[in-house]
Amino acid sequence: MDFLFLYETFVTLISAIPTTLQLAATSVALGTVLALGLALCRLSGIAPLDWFARAYIFIFRGTPLLVQIFLIYYGLSQFRGVRRSMFWFILRDPYWCAIIALMLCTAAYSAEIIRGGLLSVPHGQVEAGRACGMSRFLVFRRIVMPLAIRQSLPAYSNEIISMVKATSLASIITIMEVTGVAAKLISETYRAIEVFIVAGAIYLAINFLLTRIVVLTEYRLSPHLRQAPSLQPVAAGEMK
Amino acid sequence: MTAMTPNTTPAIEVRGLRKSFGPVEVLKGIDLTAHEGEVISILGSSGSGKSTMLRCINMLETPDAGDISVAGEKISLKRDARGHGHIVDRRQVERIRSELGMVFQSFNLWSHKTVIENIIEAPIHVQKRPKADVIAEAEALLEKVGIADKRNHYPSHLSGGQQQRAAIARALAMRPKVMLFDEPTSALDPELVGEVLRVMRSLADEGRTMLVVTHEMGFARDVSSRVIFLHQGAIEEQGSPEEMFTHAQSERFRKFINA
Repeated sequence: MDFLFLYETFVTLISAIPTTLQLAATSVALGTVLALGLALCRLSGIAPLDWFARAYIFIFRGTPLLVQIFLIYYGLSQFRGVRRSMFWFILRDPYWCAIIALMLCTAAYSAEIIRGGLLSVPHGQVEAGRACGMSRFLVFRRIVMPLAIRQSLPAYSNEIISMVKATSLASIITIMEVTGVAAKLISETYRAIEVFIVAGAIYLAINFLLTRIVVLTEYRLSPHLRQAPSLQPVAAGEMK
Repeated sequence: MTAMTPNTTPAIEVRGLRKSFGPVEVLKGIDLTAHEGEVISILGSSGSGKSTMLRCINMLETPDAGDISVAGEKISLKRDARGHGHIVDRRQVERIRSELGMVFQSFNLWSHKTVIENIIEAPIHVQKRPKADVIAEAEALLEKVGIADKRNHYPSHLSGGQQQRAAIARALAMRPKVMLFDEPTSALDPELVGEVLRVMRSLADEGRTMLVVTHEMGFARDVSSRVIFLHQGAIEEQGSPEEMFTHAQSERFRKFINA
């Protein structure tokens, strides 16, 4: 093993980490908003909205992300209307094309996660809110969302992790994130194993930190699911 | 108990209340007047429509026909072509709900909030009252229902009886005109029923207006000012507890209380 080369590779790849993180963070953040909208469409009880969301989820979950990236980056630019539209300044930029593709894709998966979270909220707690005179929006904001988020977090961490890994596909459309820089290094050095091992280790480290953060968040948000501190000593005979 | 006072506006007035779920007609024209300070126990076997009736009063179920007035204000409803009722003015219903305290069979405390957070939630966010006042009042209510030491506990850490007392405190924190109890002790272990009934009895002694759907015959007989017996969606008989429990006309009611 050439440790000096590994170290140099590592230093080079570090410079690409911000791009990877930006791609992941932006697409997950935008995708979550879109996913919430889709989940609400699914649960709205209004047939056209429900079917729109179903069709969206069917298409974006059922086709490869790489194909979606190609369609958006290479495909859309073939239409003169797109090139002349006000969106062209975004759609001609590979960085934004990657973000749009990642966002649209993660939204399809997240929508189902959020829908599951919303469905898990006990109806009685919603009813208790309504019985207090809360408006629908207030019930949603104060009761349904907080409970749904707690319920969705474990599944959501999976989705965030796959998004971090999926950012590597952006290298195909010229974006110099970690995988992109790694591929460039290989074309210069022909040392695929070392470079990809370092690149893989970087993704592993990012995802390790992410899962820790999610676990911590889950813990902070779920005191009601843990045993009460004052209930534990009962067995030890410390009843007050 | 309290004498009827027909000259004042009734706290709750129900006229010709009807409600169907699909082909099943659950309520077949109910009339009910609750005056201020009355404690009305609503009895009936399961499926008699007693819970549905209570839930129609605060519009958790929308009636198909009939009028409901709370403190003289009639809730506006409209009927669609299929004969189902709809709320006309959501704001009005929300305001009226905030004046009716509801206690559920399964407590329905918000599981992600502590006991004190459960109690202050609606007074702060619905009634927009100052937080410090609400907290002080909530603490007094916790004292009153006997769970002041559970202030910062989550519902899942409480027994059923404690949860139900917290739910009663939550309803009281809204300073309701009327308290609605939907089988408040039916989900409790037998040894926990007493502590909840004691709280309810103390509320009755304060002169609160209460509608109580219950299976607790002792409570109906000793605490309520009127007993209503529902059978298959209609009021079969009603009267003072003395009349009802000693010489009820209805054969069914006599069987019901002796069962």
